Amino acid sequence: MLMQQVEQSVKGAVQIEGLSVSFHRQGRENRVLEEIQLGIRPGEFACLLGPSGCGKSTLLNLVAGFIKPTAGYVTVDQQPITRPGADRGFVFQQYSLLPWKTTFQNIELGLKIRGLSKPSRRELVDDYLNRVGLYKHRNSYPYQLSGGMQQRASIVRALVNSPSVLLMDEPFAALDAQTRHMMQELLLDIWEDLKTTVIFVTHDIEEAIFLGDRLYIMGVQPGHIKAELPIRLSRPRHFDDTLSTEFINLHRQVFECIREETLKSMEAG
Amino acid sequence: MAVTASNIGKGSPYARSAQVKANPFLLANRSIRRLLALALFFGIWQLLCATGFDLFINFQLVPAPTEVAKATLEFFTADPWVHIKSSLMRVLLGYAIASSLGIVLGVLIGWFEAFEDLLLPPLELLRPIPAVAWIPLAILMFPNAESGMVYITSIGAFFPVLISTVRGVESTLSDTVLIRVGQCLGARPWHIFKHIVVPGSMPSIASGLTIGMGNAWFCLVTAEILAGRYGVGYITWESYVTSNYPPIVMGMLLIGLMGAASSWIVSRATGALMPWRVIRKQGSA
Repeated sequence: MLMQQVEQSVKGAVQIEGLSVSFHRQGRENRVLEEIQLGIRPGEFACLLGPSGCGKSTLLNLVAGFIKPTAGYVTVDQQPITRPGADRGFVFQQYSLLPWKTTFQNIELGLKIRGLSKPSRRELVDDYLNRVGLYKHRNSYPYQLSGGMQQRASIVRALVNSPSVLLMDEPFAALDAQTRHMMQELLLDIWEDLKTTVIFVTHDIEEAIFLGDRLYIMGVQPGHIKAELPIRLSRPRHFDDTLSTEFINLHRQVFECIREETLKSMEAG
Repeated sequence: MAVTASNIGKGSPYARSAQVKANPFLLANRSIRRLLALALFFGIWQLLCATGFDLFINFQLVPAPTEVAKATLEFFTADPWVHIKSSLMRVLLGYAIASSLGIVLGVLIGWFEAFEDLLLPPLELLRPIPAVAWIPLAILMFPNAESGMVYITSIGAFFPVLISTVRGVESTLSDTVLIRVGQCLGARPWHIFKHIVVPGSMPSIASGLTIGMGNAWFCLVTAEILAGRYGVGYITWESYVTSNYPPIVMGMLLIGLMGAASSWIVSRATGALMPWRVIRKQGSA
């Protein structure tokens, strides 16, 4: 784990330059993202926050390489992104464990593809499984796991490949409030160890402030970065911090900023 | 575990509906329900024959279950195994060829666009042709009756396996999230094929295999029109030619029975390959 930490802290710089995406539907141009410009430092926890329809998931999909931009480019550690790869781990909003593999097999898959030997796979995977409290569920199939367990397994499945960047697309949105808080703390706990760069997409203001080093607040029509806000709350963070005056002030500030965009996106339907 | 009314407190809002539904003596037991279904089937049939039912559908000349039972007894006291064995061999061989070919071609068609373009149009053209229409060609094309019969049973099994495999592969490929999961783990097309597409299309392939097994039996009577001496389908056809009706029904039931049994085996075997699947039906405990 310590070796990984050293390696991680120097990689994971994400640069997004003049990125635009538009889709053509029935002869009409639908601009989803326009002129996105941002740089995320290695080891930074960045949150993309915005109302639905602001293109935050699209932006994440571009970094992942799932879709191609109409203009501009994304680089990770100076390498332009052309397609998905194991260097950018992804945690999906939907439960996305392969239903036909056990927890262990799901997490192991990336290492298996990379050609790691069986004993080293087992060592790494079991280490992570212990870490997130899933060891005794290692031989369970996804249908036997709760939503929270499935998302923990998904996070570990991405992290076990030591990606440069961890991309998370509203990973806790489907969970109940209690589980969500637990998952946020767990994520921070792991992240503080690994210091992997994280890009975390959410529409939940509290979640974004609680987790992030930096917030990118997105606006709609077309999607753009409306504001950038560093979060200087001390780490490690705990749930109690969300009740502090500092936190509440930040919450209010972000809320005001995002309110206008939410109204716009509601009007647009 | 059956839920009985006594499990639930009197004040429970579920108590009433549970009392209506649960019948611990008879209908709650699934084996009893199934046996009852069969008893009803044969009972109604016997009744229709005994009363000489004749209202648009005429049961007066239909052999009653008792007559069929007699014919069955005669069949089994003679030398049944040679017939059963030859039919079984034809069906199993035809099925083995059809299912392996169906899976291989189905995977190719589902996975590669070029194969879809090259293989699917002629196969779609052949698919609606019923097995019986193949008889003349089977006689012309194959060196002996035996291989012609295997061919005709395999026709029945091939298409359901092929189509289900194609659909299974395609529907897995259409699951964007699963494919993206693979891509983010560094999977090349071969890995996506092996770890995602193959297991993802298995439920669909399995249903194709089960339907195909049934269809192979379905084609048996047709195939054994070519047979000179042996086979359950042959007996059925031969009895029709000689106007001996009870053995026809016996042959039909025997085919039905062997078909159902082998479909059940296929569905159990494929189910065992997919331990991750849980099926909960309405009304199941």
